[in-house]
Amino acid sequence: MNPITTELSEPRSKTVDGHATCAHCQLPVPAAMMREDAGQQFCCAGCRTVAEAIQASGLSWYYQLLDQEETAQPARTTGRDYAEMDDASFAEAHVRTGSRGELETVFYVEGVHCAACVWLVEKLPQVVPGVREARLDYGRRLATVRWQDGVVGLAQIARALDRLGYPPHPVCQGSEQLLRRDTERRQLIHVGVAGAIAGNVMLMAFALYGGWFHGMEDGFRAMFRWASLGLAVLAVTWPGRVFFRGAWAALRTRTVHMDVPIALGLGAGLLGGAWNTVTGGGEVYFDSVTALVFLLLVGRTLQERQQRKAFDALTMLSALTPRIARRLEGDQLREVPQAALRVGDRVEVRAGESVPADGRILEGSAEFDLALLTGESMPERRKVGDLVHAGTVDRSDRVVVAVVRTGADTRVGQLMRLVEEHARRRAPFVRTADRLSGWFVAAVLLLAGVCALYWGMQSPAMALEHTVALLIVACPCALALATPLAVAAAIGQAARRGILIKGGEVLEQLAKPGLLLLDKTGTLTQGEMQLSRWQGSAEVRAAAAALERRSSHVLARAFVAAYADGPQLAADDVRETVGGGLAGKVRGQRLLVGSPSYLRDHGVACSPDLDGAWGSALEAVLAAGQTPVAVAVDGEWCGLAGFGDPLREDSQSVLDQLRADGWQLGILSGDHPRVVESVAKQLGLPAQHCHGGMSPEDKLAFVEQAKRSQSVVMVGDGVNDAAALAAAQVGVAVHGGAEASLAAADVYLTEPGLSGLRALFQGSRGTLKVVRRNLVLSLAYNVVGVSLAFAGLLHPVAAAILMPVSSLTVVSSSYRSQPFRPR
Amino acid sequence: MNLLYLILPLALGIGAGFVAAFVWATRKGQFDDLETPAMRALFDDSEVDQEAGPETRE
Repeated sequence: MNPITTELSEPRSKTVDGHATCAHCQLPVPAAMMREDAGQQFCCAGCRTVAEAIQASGLSWYYQLLDQEETAQPARTTGRDYAEMDDASFAEAHVRTGSRGELETVFYVEGVHCAACVWLVEKLPQVVPGVREARLDYGRRLATVRWQDGVVGLAQIARALDRLGYPPHPVCQGSEQLLRRDTERRQLIHVGVAGAIAGNVMLMAFALYGGWFHGMEDGFRAMFRWASLGLAVLAVTWPGRVFFRGAWAALRTRTVHMDVPIALGLGAGLLGGAWNTVTGGGEVYFDSVTALVFLLLVGRTLQERQQRKAFDALTMLSALTPRIARRLEGDQLREVPQAALRVGDRVEVRAGESVPADGRILEGSAEFDLALLTGESMPERRKVGDLVHAGTVDRSDRVVVAVVRTGADTRVGQLMRLVEEHARRRAPFVRTADRLSGWFVAAVLLLAGVCALYWGMQSPAMALEHTVALLIVACPCALALATPLAVAAAIGQAARRGILIKGGEVLEQLAKPGLLLLDKTGTLTQGEMQLSRWQGSAEVRAAAAALERRSSHVLARAFVAAYADGPQLAADDVRETVGGGLAGKVRGQRLLVGSPSYLRDHGVACSPDLDGAWGSALEAVLAAGQTPVAVAVDGEWCGLAGFGDPLREDSQSVLDQLRADGWQLGILSGDHPRVVESVAKQLGLPAQHCHGGMSPEDKLAFVEQAKRSQSVVMVGDGVNDAAALAAAQVGVAVHGGAEASLAAADVYLTEPGLSGLRALFQGSRGTLKVVRRNLVLSLAYNVVGVSLAFAGLLHPVAAAILMPVSSLTVVSSSYRSQPFRPR
Repeated sequence: MNLLYLILPLALGIGAGFVAAFVWATRKGQFDDLETPAMRALFDDSEVDQEAGPETRE
């Protein structure tokens, strides 16, 4: 319509402070990416691809919608071809058949960050013919796509989304998901109905209270009472049913639960009110009863919503790991879902990828990072014929693997079974509020009995009246709201700080110090080999770097990475001995770089006959738990590098803080005991709690053992930690963890490093403080109310005021506090 | 004042009607996603311009 609008909708590169900005994401364009002749500049290849795809589809309006205030982020596009999505086994697991030959699936899409993204994703039918509809749920990043069967394939749809900058990931749409959706809707209906009833009954109660002061015709009084009774019966038997069900379950299992005193109060209120309505005497309590049902449901729903949000975020994280494998079919490579792999299949694994199933290497050899499976920080070489496990990561070269075990039979699958077993067996934690409620019920029943007896002797006519008044005012409305509200507020705040908490009881358990066990590789340390020390001259280092640059070995790359700024030399005649080292010529000198034994094999004088200086240097490297690499020039030892997995920057300060808070600290690691010892010494941890060389089963046994005497919190990231995470009272998975550890943990820290751990502990203590304050407040209201009722002094108006005021106090106390606020 | 006998049931009836509407809407999934619809409302109008956009350019 308007030519100016059209022009504006073209993506543009702007110039800010002499730097061009990316036409797609508005980030500054690096000098290397600048193209002199082009009007549009892009910060990366991803942004270029995405911008071209958007413009080619006539969707440039996207740039008009884009909110420039939003934090810019470069486009994500993977360029994958998603062939595995056309596989029959994929369709079986993820595609639903709708009416009129339409198919439907749900993707989790990465890269959604603003309203314009919603628009772009929902324009999918315009980009891919055959797609009927795409709907994006912005909050959960879920895109539901419906398409015409036979017109277009799922892989093509996925490719289109990817090119637009939203890499899609399959989400399991099982019956669980549907069940959850229905539960959510039912809860909302219950809250809504309970709210509507409470509001209407409250209005009628106003009329009744007015009549109490100024007089009222008996006919009206009876009408209001009968109407309130009808609504109250509806409220208690429909939305309020959940409390009676909970109380019944608690009684049957002989446990205590907050639902028991609630059901008692609700029942007494409803029956007492009904009796008085029928007989036309005394007071009715329907306003209190219905308000109670409503407020309690609100508290419960809020807490469950927050927990579900955290749970969703975790599920989505595990959906991000691609579950595909490249299967060799004859000479052809085909991407298939991992679930479709069968024993005997040949799969290709490239550098940087994880092995899809347990198998034996058929071709090639490579360094494998076993850290997630075993905790070892140093990658190991696997050759033809060696077994490689699913979940280990290829760090250097392409290999072809023959599958010998798949799915649940793999090592990871077995560990996952352990996780499930222990998650099921874990004893439920009894919350303070629930423990309190046991005493509470006993005290209330006792008082009610005494009250009935006392008033029965004084004036039998008033006995029922006062006893029912006592039971109602004692009903722990605020008490029952105290915990869920504080917990809901805390979980929400924690999620904003990148701490995902799956259950409310975790906060209470973390507030009291116990034994804190940490995994080493990837948790305390960065999980990557780095050059930790270098001894020798700069020339030797430059020459060694020239040689190392020709190798794909993990240590070689770490050496080169640490030498990025130095002068670059050329190396000739390079030969690599797998598992040993490199030999070659630099500046005319013969150079050897490798393990001390490799040098010895090539005739270089080595310890113990080595002269003093290098001998003690080598000792020092080994004592620090590092891996040594020696350099010899013309047959003479003249350089030594030590490689280690360095500690995270914040490990020391976080652990010091936790120790000051009274936590006992320990390390459980699958890495070599010597390495663990050195890390423990660096961090100042007591040796008796630090154990190396532990298998996943050892870790599990250790946690089980320690759990008998004290509460145990386990922190880890790997598959090897998963069973221990599930068995511990609280399991915390850290950033970058394996999928199995996400599933097993109660808490996930989305930001790297341990500072999230400190925030978690501080937040838990803060939350428990709020819970305690709420409990004290609500108990105080109850004590006052019960005493007044017992004395027969409790005016129905006073009871009506006391009830909502106590709840409001708790609500405001919960939301005003910010236990997870950064300090 | 006898009007009250009529008004109260009437009011409750209207209330029940709204509750029924709420229950129906919830069961239909109207409250499943509370964020995205608010965003969609933003670009409903602009789509008209957008459809015309590429043609004007050519």
